[in-house]
Amino acid sequence: MPEATFLDATELVINMGPQHPSTHGVLRVILKLDGEKVIGTECVIGYLHRGVEKIGEHRTYQQFAPYVDRMDYVASVSNGLGYCLAVEKLLNIEAPPRAQAVRVILTELNRIASHLVWLGTHALDIGAITPVFYCFREREEVLKIFENYCGARLTTHAFRIGGLQYETYDGFEEEVKKFCDWFIPKVDEYEELLTGNRIWVGRLKGVGVLSAEECKEYGVTGPMLRAAGVQWDLRKAQPYSGYEQYEFDIPTCKNGDTYDRYTVRMEEMRQATRIIRQAVDRIPSGPIMGKVPKVVKPPVGEVYVSIEAPKGELGYFIVSDNSTQPYRVRVRPPSFVNLQALDRMVRGGLVADVVAIIGTLDIVLGEVDR
Amino acid sequence: MADEQKPEGSAAPPPSGGEAASPTEKPAAPAPKPAVPKPAAAAHAAPPKPPAVMVTTPWEGDVTQLLKERFGGDITEFSTYLGQNFLVAKPDAVIAILDTLKLELDFDYLVDVTAVDYPKRADRFDLVYILYSFARNERIRVKTMIPDGYSPATAVTVHLTANWLEREVFDMFGIEFAGHPDMRRILLPEEWEGYPLRKGYSILQQDDGWVRENLGIESAQ
Repeated sequence: MPEATFLDATELVINMGPQHPSTHGVLRVILKLDGEKVIGTECVIGYLHRGVEKIGEHRTYQQFAPYVDRMDYVASVSNGLGYCLAVEKLLNIEAPPRAQAVRVILTELNRIASHLVWLGTHALDIGAITPVFYCFREREEVLKIFENYCGARLTTHAFRIGGLQYETYDGFEEEVKKFCDWFIPKVDEYEELLTGNRIWVGRLKGVGVLSAEECKEYGVTGPMLRAAGVQWDLRKAQPYSGYEQYEFDIPTCKNGDTYDRYTVRMEEMRQATRIIRQAVDRIPSGPIMGKVPKVVKPPVGEVYVSIEAPKGELGYFIVSDNSTQPYRVRVRPPSFVNLQALDRMVRGGLVADVVAIIGTLDIVLGEVDR
Repeated sequence: MADEQKPEGSAAPPPSGGEAASPTEKPAAPAPKPAVPKPAAAAHAAPPKPPAVMVTTPWEGDVTQLLKERFGGDITEFSTYLGQNFLVAKPDAVIAILDTLKLELDFDYLVDVTAVDYPKRADRFDLVYILYSFARNERIRVKTMIPDGYSPATAVTVHLTANWLEREVFDMFGIEFAGHPDMRRILLPEEWEGYPLRKGYSILQQDDGWVRENLGIESAQ
């Protein structure tokens, strides 16, 4: 943003955040307005910076695993999965099939939980008060499954390097199945509230358009890229954890506007349920932990491993120097990269749409700032 | 030493006991384990030591062919490690390589830009660009080594997403990108001193400094 000390009479700079309810955390956006039109923005981030990457260099590989949950705390299971896969790649091992199936179930449940938080807060920002209560009610059921499984609800640390720490509890399969059966009608319920709602459609259609080309240019991934018409999902493109065994579709849309991103995420929740159902039906028996030495000391080398987190491509670039601690851990956070496109999306639009666009980005500031 | 991570992958000594077996082996285990044969010639005392450099294999394909023709000596290495391809290039050539990769080989998505600090090396930093091609479903890394104080050219001219990613590298490592439109700190406050992800930056520094100044004690740890 140009450092304009003197503004035109019609220009106005307003400050949104860091303590603003619709920025979903501590995001500060400086908006330069011409009347109601946005002519420039600047994001000020880093309020939640905890130096996760630096901490990683001072912890052993196992000790660092709980820290990654604190980045995208709405989808902590995905964070953990990505990290475990990266270290496993570095060690050149794989989790046993049973562990992989349970990992898929928990990760997809977490995708649903993450999308529910997005939907509830997004609708709340736009003025629909009801959905947030519905969404949090359903999310509670997911968190109960997490709690039963590993004792934690939010920052779960559900996986370990090489597999799982805990066996599934008695009745795990039934509970997950019951959740799936119960959840699909709830998605229909949200759609009844929102999909055809005139206010909802009016506020979202044609707002914050990001074309496929622009998405690639800005490195935007996840549902935002799919809403622009690119059928790309790492679970299909470069399957991990046995995703190739499951049948599911990659929902896409054409226009790349806020409404399309809504449609894509709603369908993703349905597809996640589909994956969970298949995975629960065929959890193989066997060990849950692979052959991992007590002291994890990967050979000298570096790997980049990424997964399809609810927000987009979540990657870990880890450099090992054959000691017990990573030489360097780099997290490629989807929220951080996607947030960069905010300026492109709001420029030229109305100030009221900024709130809708921040909502549709589905960012978690813990992950933006790390 | 790990800091001596030289790029001569092919010249590295072979691993002593297969691919993954040796590092997982418990060192100094007295149990007679004939499974891992010790290298006869090397006078290793007890444990089969994993090599101190990254054991890579050469990478060849249509990508490397085109790049070799185009850039010749500017690219010093094409390697694969654990199935992941990367190339090492001279710092001046990186932007041209990224451009060629994007326009002619469809590597149109810059996934990440990051750095690794090796303080003991003359070319102190590894600068790493991770690229992906939607059309080819392929991921590669472009690496370069730069000394402290060197200003690599910005990649914003090729990929817009490099803007924030390079700002973060600057914030954490103090690598200034020449020609970047907005070279400022991004996560840390503007007045922050030092670059946290450099190896010399102690993890306790901030904490100790604060308690010394405000509480008058040496350390809170």
